[in-house]
Amino acid sequence: MKTNFKKIATDGVITQNPTLKLVLGTCPTLALTTMAMNGIYMGLAVTFVLICSNVLISLLRKLIPSQVRIPAFVLIIATFVTLVRLLLDKLLPDAYEVLGLYLPLIVVNCIILARAESFASKNGVIASATDGLFMGIGFTLALTLMGAFREILGAGAVFGITLWNFQIGFFSSSAGSFFTYALFIAIFSLVSSTISKSKRKKLSRLNGENLTAEV
Amino acid sequence: MAQFIMIIVSAMFINNFVVVQFLGICPFLGVSKDFKSALGMGLAVTFVMTLTCLITYPIYTLILVPLNIEYMEIIIFIFVIASLVQMIEMALKRFSPTLYNAMGIYLPLITTNCAVLGVAELVIDTKQIAGLIGIATGSMNIGFAVLYGLFAGLGFTLAIVLMSGLREKVARLPINKHLKGFPIAMIVACFIAMAFYVFALI
Repeated sequence: MKTNFKKIATDGVITQNPTLKLVLGTCPTLALTTMAMNGIYMGLAVTFVLICSNVLISLLRKLIPSQVRIPAFVLIIATFVTLVRLLLDKLLPDAYEVLGLYLPLIVVNCIILARAESFASKNGVIASATDGLFMGIGFTLALTLMGAFREILGAGAVFGITLWNFQIGFFSSSAGSFFTYALFIAIFSLVSSTISKSKRKKLSRLNGENLTAEV
Repeated sequence: MAQFIMIIVSAMFINNFVVVQFLGICPFLGVSKDFKSALGMGLAVTFVMTLTCLITYPIYTLILVPLNIEYMEIIIFIFVIASLVQMIEMALKRFSPTLYNAMGIYLPLITTNCAVLGVAELVIDTKQIAGLIGIATGSMNIGFAVLYGLFAGLGFTLAIVLMSGLREKVARLPINKHLKGFPIAMIVACFIAMAFYVFALI
Protein backbone atom coordinates (compact mmCIF):
# COMPACT_ATOMS: atom_id res chain seq x y z
CA MET A 1 0.00 0.00 0.00
CA LYS A 2 1.39 3.35 -1.03
CA THR A 3 1.21 6.05 1.59
CA ASN A 4 -0.38 9.28 0.47
CA PHE A 5 1.89 11.84 2.13
CA LYS A 6 0.19 14.81 0.50
CA LYS A 7 -3.13 13.76 2.00
CA ILE A 8 -1.57 13.26 5.46
CA ALA A 9 -0.05 16.74 5.24
CA THR A 10 -3.23 18.56 4.16
CA ASP A 11 -5.28 16.56 6.66
CA GLY A 12 -3.01 17.53 9.53
CA VAL A 13 -2.66 21.20 8.73
CA ILE A 14 -6.03 22.03 7.14
CA THR A 15 -8.87 19.56 6.61
CA GLN A 16 -8.46 17.71 9.93
CA ASN A 17 -6.77 20.53 11.85
CA PRO A 18 -6.72 19.26 15.45
CA THR A 19 -7.46 22.63 17.02
CA LEU A 20 -9.87 24.30 14.62
CA LYS A 21 -11.64 21.37 13.00
CA LEU A 22 -11.54 18.51 15.52
CA VAL A 23 -11.48 20.83 18.59
CA LEU A 24 -9.07 18.60 20.53
CA GLY A 25 -6.56 19.71 23.13
CA THR A 26 -8.64 22.71 24.12
CA CYS A 27 -7.11 23.31 27.56
CA PRO A 28 -3.63 24.46 26.48
CA THR A 29 -5.15 26.28 23.52
CA LEU A 30 -7.32 28.43 25.75
CA ALA A 31 -4.73 28.90 28.46
CA LEU A 32 -1.63 29.68 26.42
CA THR A 33 -2.84 31.85 23.54
CA THR A 34 -2.27 35.11 25.39
CA MET A 35 0.97 35.50 23.44
CA ALA A 36 2.07 34.27 20.02
CA MET A 37 5.37 32.97 21.38
CA ASN A 38 3.59 30.65 23.84
CA GLY A 39 1.86 29.02 20.88
CA ILE A 40 5.22 28.20 19.31
CA TYR A 41 6.64 26.79 22.57
CA MET A 42 3.58 24.65 23.25
CA GLY A 43 3.33 23.64 19.60
CA LEU A 44 6.92 22.47 19.51
CA ALA A 45 6.56 20.46 22.72
CA VAL A 46 3.37 18.79 21.48
CA THR A 47 4.82 18.13 18.01
CA PHE A 48 7.85 16.45 19.54
CA VAL A 49 5.72 14.20 21.75
CA LEU A 50 3.33 13.46 18.88
CA ILE A 51 6.10 12.36 16.50
CA CYS A 52 7.89 10.24 19.13
CA SER A 53 4.76 8.57 20.48
CA ASN A 54 3.38 7.95 16.98
CA VAL A 55 6.63 6.30 15.90
CA LEU A 56 6.93 4.11 19.00
CA ILE A 57 3.26 3.11 18.99
CA SER A 58 3.42 2.31 15.31
CA LEU A 59 6.50 0.15 15.90
CA LEU A 60 4.83 -1.69 18.78
CA ARG A 61 1.35 -1.87 17.26
CA LYS A 62 1.55 -5.62 16.60
CA LEU A 63 2.94 -6.36 20.07
CA ILE A 64 0.47 -4.44 22.24
CA PRO A 65 -2.65 -6.52 22.99
CA SER A 66 -5.72 -4.50 22.11
CA GLN A 67 -7.31 -4.86 25.60
CA VAL A 68 -4.50 -2.95 27.29
CA ARG A 69 -3.66 -0.60 24.42
CA ILE A 70 -4.99 2.59 26.06
CA PRO A 71 -2.90 2.24 29.29
CA ALA A 72 0.09 1.28 27.14
CA PHE A 73 -0.37 4.39 24.95
CA VAL A 74 -0.73 6.64 27.99
CA LEU A 75 2.44 5.18 29.50
CA ILE A 76 4.39 5.77 26.27
CA ILE A 77 3.09 9.33 26.02
CA ALA A 78 3.88 10.03 29.70
CA THR A 79 7.46 8.85 29.14
CA PHE A 80 7.99 11.26 26.26
CA VAL A 81 6.34 14.13 28.14
CA THR A 82 8.75 13.52 31.04
CA LEU A 83 11.60 13.63 28.53
CA VAL A 84 10.37 16.91 27.01
CA ARG A 85 10.01 18.39 30.47
CA LEU A 86 13.57 17.53 31.43
CA LEU A 87 14.90 18.79 28.08
CA LEU A 88 13.03 22.09 28.24
CA ASP A 89 14.09 22.67 31.84
CA LYS A 90 17.72 22.48 30.71
CA LEU A 91 17.62 23.96 27.20
CA LEU A 92 14.79 26.52 27.20
CA PRO A 93 14.10 27.65 30.79
CA ASP A 94 11.91 30.49 29.44
CA ALA A 95 9.59 28.02 27.75
CA TYR A 96 9.58 25.80 30.83
CA GLU A 97 8.51 28.77 32.93
CA VAL A 98 5.75 29.89 30.54
CA LEU A 99 4.25 26.44 29.94
CA GLY A 100 4.33 25.63 33.67
CA LEU A 101 1.43 23.41 34.65
CA TYR A 102 0.42 22.82 31.03
CA LEU A 103 3.65 20.96 30.25
CA PRO A 104 2.86 17.82 32.32
CA LEU A 105 -0.71 18.09 31.09
CA ILE A 106 0.40 17.22 27.55
CA VAL A 107 -0.04 13.62 28.78
CA VAL A 108 -3.81 14.06 28.84
CA ASN A 109 -3.93 16.15 25.67
CA CYS A 110 -6.55 14.42 23.55
CA ILE A 111 -4.74 15.13 20.26
CA ILE A 112 -1.91 12.75 21.07
CA LEU A 113 -4.09 9.90 22.32
CA ALA A 114 -6.48 10.41 19.40
CA ARG A 115 -3.67 10.15 16.84
CA ALA A 116 -2.22 7.12 18.61
CA GLU A 117 -5.60 5.39 18.58
CA SER A 118 -6.85 6.39 15.14
CA PHE A 119 -3.63 6.58 13.13
CA ALA A 120 -0.42 5.23 14.64
CA SER A 121 -1.95 1.95 15.80
CA LYS A 122 -3.08 1.22 12.23
CA ASN A 123 -0.31 2.62 10.01
CA GLY A 124 3.39 2.14 9.27
CA VAL A 125 6.23 3.96 11.00
CA ILE A 126 7.00 6.55 8.30
CA ALA A 127 3.34 7.40 7.71
CA SER A 128 2.81 7.75 11.48
CA ALA A 129 5.83 10.02 11.87
CA THR A 130 4.55 12.21 9.00
CA ASP A 131 1.11 12.30 10.56
CA GLY A 132 2.61 13.35 13.88
CA LEU A 133 4.66 16.06 12.23
CA PHE A 134 1.79 17.61 10.29
CA MET A 135 -0.77 17.30 13.09
CA GLY A 136 1.82 19.06 15.24
CA ILE A 137 2.31 21.77 12.63
CA GLY A 138 -1.46 22.23 12.38
CA PHE A 139 -1.70 22.61 16.16
CA THR A 140 1.28 24.99 16.31
CA LEU A 141 -0.06 27.17 13.48
CA ALA A 142 -3.52 27.44 15.03
CA LEU A 143 -2.11 28.29 18.47
CA THR A 144 0.35 30.82 17.11
CA LEU A 145 -2.28 32.56 14.96
CA MET A 146 -4.71 32.78 17.87
CA GLY A 147 -1.88 33.91 20.13
CA ALA A 148 -0.88 36.64 17.67
CA PHE A 149 -4.50 37.80 17.34
CA ARG A 150 -4.95 38.06 21.10
CA GLU A 151 -1.54 39.61 21.65
CA ILE A 152 -2.11 42.29 18.99
CA LEU A 153 -5.53 43.26 20.35
CA GLY A 154 -4.90 42.61 24.03
CA ALA A 155 -1.37 43.94 24.45
CA GLY A 156 -0.71 45.92 21.25
CA ALA A 157 2.28 43.73 20.49
CA VAL A 158 3.24 40.62 18.56
CA PHE A 159 6.00 38.17 19.57
CA GLY A 160 6.82 40.62 22.35
CA ILE A 161 7.46 43.53 19.96
CA THR A 162 5.26 46.52 20.75
CA LEU A 163 3.28 47.73 17.76
CA TRP A 164 1.19 50.56 19.16
CA ASN A 165 -0.17 51.86 22.40
CA PHE A 166 -3.68 50.53 21.93
CA GLN A 167 -4.95 47.71 24.11
CA ILE A 168 -8.28 45.97 24.63
CA GLY A 169 -7.99 44.24 28.01
CA PHE A 170 -10.85 41.87 27.16
CA PHE A 171 -8.66 39.91 24.74
CA SER A 172 -5.98 39.16 27.30
CA SER A 173 -8.54 38.00 29.89
CA SER A 174 -9.90 34.46 30.19
CA ALA A 175 -13.24 35.53 28.68
CA GLY A 176 -11.41 36.85 25.62
CA SER A 177 -9.74 33.48 25.30
CA PHE A 178 -13.06 31.66 24.90
CA PHE A 179 -14.30 34.38 22.55
CA THR A 180 -11.21 34.21 20.31
CA TYR A 181 -11.39 30.44 20.08
CA ALA A 182 -15.09 30.57 19.17
CA LEU A 183 -14.37 33.21 16.54
CA PHE A 184 -11.54 31.18 14.98
CA ILE A 185 -13.58 27.95 14.80
CA ALA A 186 -16.52 29.79 13.22
CA ILE A 187 -14.32 31.57 10.65
CA PHE A 188 -12.51 28.32 9.86
CA SER A 189 -15.81 26.54 9.30
CA LEU A 190 -17.12 29.41 7.16
CA VAL A 191 -14.00 29.55 4.97
CA SER A 192 -13.73 25.80 4.52
CA SER A 193 -17.40 25.44 3.59
CA THR A 194 -17.13 28.32 1.11
CA ILE A 195 -14.06 26.75 -0.49
CA SER A 196 -15.61 23.30 -0.76
CA LYS A 197 -18.78 24.83 -2.23
CA SER A 198 -16.86 26.71 -4.92
CA LYS A 199 -14.86 23.57 -5.67
CA ARG A 200 -18.04 21.59 -6.12
CA LYS A 201 -19.41 24.28 -8.43
CA LYS A 202 -16.28 24.17 -10.57
CA LEU A 203 -16.38 20.40 -10.69
CA SER A 204 -20.00 20.23 -11.72
CA ARG A 205 -19.39 22.87 -14.40
CA LEU A 206 -16.53 20.79 -15.76
CA ASN A 207 -18.71 17.73 -15.85
CA GLY A 208 -21.45 19.70 -17.57
CA GLU A 209 -23.94 18.75 -14.91
CA ASN A 210 -26.91 20.75 -13.91
CA LEU A 211 -25.93 22.81 -10.89
CA THR A 212 -29.41 23.24 -9.49
CA ALA A 213 -30.01 19.51 -9.58
CA GLU A 214 -27.10 18.96 -7.25
CA VAL A 215 -28.07 21.67 -4.82
CA MET B 1 -11.25 29.20 60.06
CA ALA B 2 -10.14 32.15 57.92
CA GLN B 3 -7.76 29.74 56.23
CA PHE B 4 -10.64 27.41 55.46
CA ILE B 5 -12.73 30.16 53.87
CA MET B 6 -9.72 31.35 51.90
CA ILE B 7 -9.26 27.89 50.38
CA ILE B 8 -12.94 27.66 49.45
CA VAL B 9 -13.05 31.09 47.82
CA SER B 10 -9.71 30.63 46.06
CA ALA B 11 -10.32 27.13 44.75
CA MET B 12 -13.95 27.52 43.77
CA PHE B 13 -14.15 31.08 42.54
CA ILE B 14 -10.99 33.16 42.16
CA ASN B 15 -8.96 30.36 40.57
CA ASN B 16 -11.87 28.37 39.23
CA PHE B 17 -10.42 25.35 37.46
CA VAL B 18 -12.51 25.65 34.32
CA VAL B 19 -12.97 29.29 33.44
CA VAL B 20 -9.83 30.79 34.98
CA GLN B 21 -7.21 28.04 34.78
CA PHE B 22 -8.69 26.27 31.74
CA LEU B 23 -8.45 22.77 33.15
CA GLY B 24 -11.05 20.17 32.27
CA ILE B 25 -12.39 22.03 29.25
CA CYS B 26 -13.19 18.83 27.33
CA PRO B 27 -15.94 17.59 29.69
CA PHE B 28 -16.99 21.21 30.28
CA LEU B 29 -17.85 21.53 26.58
CA GLY B 30 -18.68 17.89 25.89
CA VAL B 31 -20.92 16.84 28.80
CA SER B 32 -22.77 20.10 29.45
CA LYS B 33 -25.74 19.72 27.11
CA ASP B 34 -28.21 18.93 29.90
CA PHE B 35 -28.36 19.63 33.61
CA LYS B 36 -28.48 16.04 34.88
CA SER B 37 -25.42 14.73 33.09
CA ALA B 38 -23.50 17.92 33.90
CA LEU B 39 -24.17 17.42 37.61
CA GLY B 40 -23.23 13.72 37.43
CA MET B 41 -19.99 14.51 35.64
CA GLY B 42 -19.17 17.33 38.04
CA LEU B 43 -19.65 15.20 41.14
CA ALA B 44 -17.74 12.27 39.65
CA VAL B 45 -14.81 14.59 38.86
CA THR B 46 -14.95 16.13 42.36
CA PHE B 47 -14.81 12.68 43.93
CA VAL B 48 -11.85 11.57 41.84
CA MET B 49 -10.00 14.87 42.34
CA THR B 50 -10.31 14.65 46.13
CA LEU B 51 -9.12 11.04 46.23
CA THR B 52 -6.31 11.80 43.79
CA CYS B 53 -4.96 14.55 46.07
CA LEU B 54 -5.24 12.22 49.04
CA ILE B 55 -3.07 9.62 47.29
CA THR B 56 -0.66 11.52 45.07
CA TYR B 57 0.38 14.15 47.64
CA PRO B 58 1.82 11.58 50.12
CA ILE B 59 3.36 9.58 47.26
CA TYR B 60 5.19 12.69 46.12
CA THR B 61 6.32 14.00 49.50
CA LEU B 62 7.03 10.67 51.20
CA ILE B 63 8.40 8.57 48.34
CA LEU B 64 9.51 10.58 45.32
CA VAL B 65 11.19 13.50 47.11
CA PRO B 66 13.27 11.40 49.59
CA LEU B 67 14.37 9.13 46.75
CA ASN B 68 15.22 12.11 44.52
CA ILE B 69 13.12 10.86 41.62
CA GLU B 70 10.72 13.79 41.30
CA TYR B 71 10.96 13.56 37.53
CA MET B 72 8.92 10.33 37.66
CA GLU B 73 5.89 12.26 38.91
CA ILE B 74 4.01 12.43 35.58
CA ILE B 75 4.22 8.69 34.92
CA ILE B 76 3.35 7.75 38.48
CA PHE B 77 0.48 10.23 38.78
CA ILE B 78 -1.19 9.15 35.56
CA PHE B 79 -0.79 5.54 36.64
CA VAL B 80 -2.37 6.28 40.04
CA ILE B 81 -5.26 8.19 38.47
CA ALA B 82 -5.97 5.47 35.90
CA SER B 83 -5.97 2.70 38.51
CA LEU B 84 -7.99 4.83 40.95
CA VAL B 85 -10.69 5.44 38.34
CA GLN B 86 -10.75 1.75 37.49
CA MET B 87 -11.09 0.79 41.17
CA ILE B 88 -13.83 3.33 41.82
CA GLU B 89 -15.72 1.98 38.86
CA MET B 90 -15.45 -1.60 40.14
CA ALA B 91 -16.35 -0.61 43.70
CA LEU B 92 -19.39 1.37 42.59
CA LYS B 93 -20.59 -1.45 40.39
CA ARG B 94 -20.30 -3.86 43.30
CA PHE B 95 -21.62 -1.79 46.21
CA SER B 96 -23.81 0.97 44.86
CA PRO B 97 -25.56 0.24 41.56
CA THR B 98 -27.63 3.45 41.80
CA LEU B 99 -24.54 5.60 42.10
CA TYR B 100 -22.91 3.55 39.36
CA ASN B 101 -25.83 4.23 37.04
CA ALA B 102 -25.59 7.95 37.76
CA MET B 103 -21.82 8.32 37.55
CA GLY B 104 -20.59 5.19 35.78
CA ILE B 105 -20.52 6.37 32.21
CA TYR B 106 -18.43 9.43 33.09
CA LEU B 107 -15.78 7.57 35.02
CA PRO B 108 -13.69 6.26 32.10
CA LEU B 109 -13.61 9.79 30.67
CA ILE B 110 -12.09 11.13 33.87
CA THR B 111 -8.70 9.45 33.39
CA THR B 112 -7.92 11.80 30.53
CA ASN B 113 -9.46 14.83 32.22
CA CYS B 114 -6.76 17.42 32.71
CA ALA B 115 -8.46 18.78 35.83
CA VAL B 116 -7.50 15.61 37.74
CA LEU B 117 -3.86 15.47 36.67
CA GLY B 118 -3.84 19.26 36.96
CA VAL B 119 -4.83 19.27 40.63
CA ALA B 120 -2.29 16.54 41.42
CA GLU B 121 0.46 18.62 39.81
CA LEU B 122 -0.77 21.86 41.34
CA VAL B 123 -0.81 20.75 44.99
CA ILE B 124 2.79 19.55 44.86
CA ASP B 125 3.99 22.85 43.36
CA THR B 126 4.42 24.28 46.87
CA LYS B 127 5.29 27.80 45.80
CA GLN B 128 2.30 28.23 43.52
CA ILE B 129 -0.27 26.56 45.76
CA ALA B 130 0.89 28.53 48.80
CA GLY B 131 0.41 31.72 46.80
CA LEU B 132 -3.05 30.65 45.66
CA ILE B 133 -4.45 29.88 49.09
CA GLY B 134 -2.38 32.41 51.00
CA ILE B 135 -0.31 30.28 53.40
CA ALA B 136 3.41 30.16 54.12
CA THR B 137 5.33 27.97 51.67
CA GLY B 138 6.50 25.62 54.42
CA SER B 139 3.11 24.97 56.00
CA MET B 140 1.63 23.09 53.05
CA ASN B 141 0.36 19.69 54.13
CA ILE B 142 -1.91 16.90 53.08
CA GLY B 143 -4.95 18.49 54.73
CA PHE B 144 -4.67 21.59 52.56
CA ALA B 145 -4.01 19.42 49.51
CA VAL B 146 -7.17 17.36 49.99
CA LEU B 147 -9.30 20.42 50.79
CA TYR B 148 -7.99 22.17 47.71
CA GLY B 149 -8.81 19.11 45.59
CA LEU B 150 -12.32 18.94 47.01
CA PHE B 151 -13.17 22.60 46.49
CA ALA B 152 -11.49 22.83 43.10
CA GLY B 153 -13.72 19.91 42.13
CA LEU B 154 -16.79 21.70 43.47
CA GLY B 155 -15.72 24.75 41.47
CA PHE B 156 -15.62 22.55 38.39
CA THR B 157 -19.12 21.26 39.23
CA LEU B 158 -20.39 24.80 39.67
CA ALA B 159 -19.04 25.89 36.29
CA ILE B 160 -20.30 22.86 34.38
CA VAL B 161 -23.77 23.11 35.97
CA LEU B 162 -24.02 26.82 35.15
CA MET B 163 -22.92 26.02 31.62
CA SER B 164 -25.54 23.30 31.18
CA GLY B 165 -28.32 25.62 32.33
CA LEU B 166 -27.28 28.31 29.86
CA ARG B 167 -26.80 25.84 27.04
CA GLU B 168 -30.28 24.38 27.49
CA LYS B 169 -31.63 27.89 26.90
CA VAL B 170 -29.28 28.74 24.04
CA ALA B 171 -30.12 25.48 22.22
CA ARG B 172 -33.62 26.84 21.52
CA LEU B 173 -32.35 29.94 19.72
CA PRO B 174 -31.87 30.12 15.97
CA ILE B 175 -28.10 30.13 15.47
CA ASN B 176 -25.97 30.55 12.38
CA LYS B 177 -24.78 27.11 11.25
CA HIS B 178 -21.11 28.03 11.53
CA LEU B 179 -21.58 29.07 15.13
CA LYS B 180 -23.50 25.94 16.13
CA GLY B 181 -21.85 23.46 18.49
CA PHE B 182 -18.46 24.40 19.88
CA PRO B 183 -18.32 28.11 18.95
CA ILE B 184 -21.61 29.00 20.62
CA ALA B 185 -20.70 26.90 23.65
CA MET B 186 -17.46 28.85 23.94
CA ILE B 187 -19.26 32.17 23.66
CA VAL B 188 -21.50 31.05 26.54
CA ALA B 189 -18.33 30.06 28.44
CA CYS B 190 -16.97 33.53 27.67
CA PHE B 191 -19.85 35.09 29.60
CA ILE B 192 -19.39 32.69 32.53
CA ALA B 193 -15.70 33.63 32.56
CA MET B 194 -16.65 37.32 32.70
CA ALA B 195 -18.87 36.61 35.70
CA PHE B 196 -16.06 34.78 37.49
CA TYR B 197 -13.67 37.62 36.67
CA VAL B 198 -15.48 39.68 39.31
CA PHE B 199 -14.14 37.36 42.05
CA ALA B 200 -10.58 38.13 41.03
CA LEU B 201 -11.21 41.76 41.97
CA ILE B 202 -11.94 40.89 45.62
